[in-house]
Amino acid sequence: MNYFPDEVLEHVFDFLTSHRDRNAVSLVCSLWYRVERFSRQRVFIGNCYAISPEKLIKRFPGLKSLTLKGKHHFADFNLVPYDWGGYVQPWIEALAKSRIGLEELRLKRMVVSDESLELLSRSFANFKALVLVSCEGFTTDGLAAIAANCRFLRELDLQENEIDDHSGHWLSCFPDSCTSLTSLNFACLKGEINSASLERLVARSPNLRSLRLNRSVPLETLQKILVQAPLLVDLGTGSYVHDPDSETYNKLKTTILTCKSIRNLSGFLEVDPRCLPAIFPICLNLTYLNLSYAAGIHGSELIKLIRRCAKLQRLWILDCIGDKGLEVVASTCNELQELRVFPSDPLGIGHDAVTEYGLVAISIGCPKLHSLLYFCQQMTNAALITVARNCPNFIRFRLCILDPTKPDAVTMQPLDDGFGAIVQSCKFLRRLSLTGLLTDQVFRYIGMYAEQLEMLSVAFAGNSDKGMLYVLNGCKKLRKLEIMDCPFGNGALLSDAGKYETMRSLWMSSCEITLSGCKTLAKMMPRLNVEIINEHDQMEICPEDDGQRVGKLYLYRTLVGPRKDAPEFVWNL
Amino acid sequence: MEKGGLGLEITELRLGLLPGSCGPSLVDKNDKKRVFSEIAEDKNSTTEEKSTQTKSQVVGWPPVCSYRKRNSFQEKDHLKKESKMYVKVSMDGAPFLRKIDLSMHKGYSDLALALEELFDCFGISEALKDADNSEQVPIYEDKDGDWMLVGDVPWEMFIESCKRLRIMKRSEAAKGFGLQLIKGFPKGFIKDVTK
Repeated sequence: MNYFPDEVLEHVFDFLTSHRDRNAVSLVCSLWYRVERFSRQRVFIGNCYAISPEKLIKRFPGLKSLTLKGKHHFADFNLVPYDWGGYVQPWIEALAKSRIGLEELRLKRMVVSDESLELLSRSFANFKALVLVSCEGFTTDGLAAIAANCRFLRELDLQENEIDDHSGHWLSCFPDSCTSLTSLNFACLKGEINSASLERLVARSPNLRSLRLNRSVPLETLQKILVQAPLLVDLGTGSYVHDPDSETYNKLKTTILTCKSIRNLSGFLEVDPRCLPAIFPICLNLTYLNLSYAAGIHGSELIKLIRRCAKLQRLWILDCIGDKGLEVVASTCNELQELRVFPSDPLGIGHDAVTEYGLVAISIGCPKLHSLLYFCQQMTNAALITVARNCPNFIRFRLCILDPTKPDAVTMQPLDDGFGAIVQSCKFLRRLSLTGLLTDQVFRYIGMYAEQLEMLSVAFAGNSDKGMLYVLNGCKKLRKLEIMDCPFGNGALLSDAGKYETMRSLWMSSCEITLSGCKTLAKMMPRLNVEIINEHDQMEICPEDDGQRVGKLYLYRTLVGPRKDAPEFVWNL
Repeated sequence: MEKGGLGLEITELRLGLLPGSCGPSLVDKNDKKRVFSEIAEDKNSTTEEKSTQTKSQVVGWPPVCSYRKRNSFQEKDHLKKESKMYVKVSMDGAPFLRKIDLSMHKGYSDLALALEELFDCFGISEALKDADNSEQVPIYEDKDGDWMLVGDVPWEMFIESCKRLRIMKRSEAAKGFGLQLIKGFPKGFIKDVTK
């Protein structure tokens, strides 16, 4: 390989699109490392505290696209306190000072301030895409800065963020000269926006292919926008409520007939089911349908809609569809690859909820299914075994029984064998979430069979340290392990400390580990940050009492030592 | 397990909040099980209106992301099937009565549109354009048996107390049915419909 000039190597590396492949290539020899790092444009950092912005900039001077993740996954479920960390500001500051020509920034679970957005918008002349997922800390003022200053903005994608809405002025900040938008998603904004501004923006964005509106955008505006954007591929409706006898609704029906390119449909945050027939004509073309926020569409209307969507590949719905509805999905959507069924009532035991019947029906009708998120009332081993047999291609399998320690609904046994069948049959399984009554045995199965498993989420499962040990010893490709409320203690935690350096992170909350165990681990492994989160009144917790149980442990590998922005209640051991 | 061998269990206080344990989550697994079954029992005996959020929940369960929890489990706009509220609706001059489910509507304007559709008439919400000439006046009978003007009280309060509806002709009202009509049409109704 020494004979090839660098340009040739670079050209070959260009064909490697995945981060892992490029990372692997950079480890071959110092020559390859050098060529790779100068030609790398896209970098993914799964934990913003694993590395520093300075090191990133030094290694990849050609960086154009950066993805950063901040808080741990369990922050989604309120387990991580508000000011735990994950600030993007130092990253943007460092990048702004450098000569990096940043064009794309994707952030997940990070704290983003208006100041950060303002700095971002002014520092990179060629900035093109901003994607924020589950972030917080900013307001529409920050969005206004992005709109006003990023002259070549193509993508502004806001997914499930907590944004302080100071009203719709920000949309008007896109200058008249901005005609480059391809993707705009503001569905998570709560406030009003100026309809006229939105219509004008769409009218001057001929490349717009993806548009997701928020709840405040009325049906009239939707109709006008669709007239301007007949080439739209991805649509998220706003308020989908109107009198079905009105002229506006009739106009919408006609307009939608011209939207032959729509493949993804979402929204319906407010919906009058009587207006649904307007979208029937485009249903047959849909490959992605997300009705998981459309609480206003009930069982029978949902089914009427889904019957028309024969080409669906990804479906996100609420459990009010019921088992009967899932049977319709199974018979209609034979191309289905991904299904997510969310609870419409997270605490209650609703009549409409889904059970093992729905899942089995899906497994029969949808053999291409590879990703599942299923919130249900109950499950049985027999059902899981059947599903495992019918769908051996699962990559992601996340089952959530709302009562998390519920046994097999028929036999009252633990669900160990059911999940065992899943891991044994699905040889490509990368992500698994378990619930139900589960003993150490299920972990034994996982350790034995889940060879490709990268992420495991466990709650209220297992009997002893053995459970966790099976997983740590068996799953060679494990990267993320998150555990809540399981009886795993120091023995399990300390059995293979080196393992954690091969993983991104470990989370354990409400388990049996103690401060002593965590301190021991921290001492053994200097390249891990071992953080304890203590939310309570500090008086109650004595740092010297090593015997006390640890409420929340979050440890992760890092090249830059303990972070300097940790709040008081986070102890880095 | 290892820790038993060191006799550290003695030092672990189990009364009150366990030091180091997180949030309102509980002391040990058995307790957690107990809370889940408590929640299940309470839910069955609860009336539709009682908010499930007032119950103590185990932090972090169910694993639904907080954004989704805040934005899709809607209490008021999308009432569950159990809380249907059918009431009789009569209209002066119509040969027979109809029934309407109040829980399916979000507010007075929505109700007005539905009533118009039901009786194929255009007086009810049209009245907001031309109050003085409005032919129809919607009134309802409340829990106490009194006939009230539709639109005075907040919507939620209205659907709780409404027992039946009547769309009365203006001429009937003027004959001293007992209602005080201010400026020819109920103000509350106008305010809501024009919102």
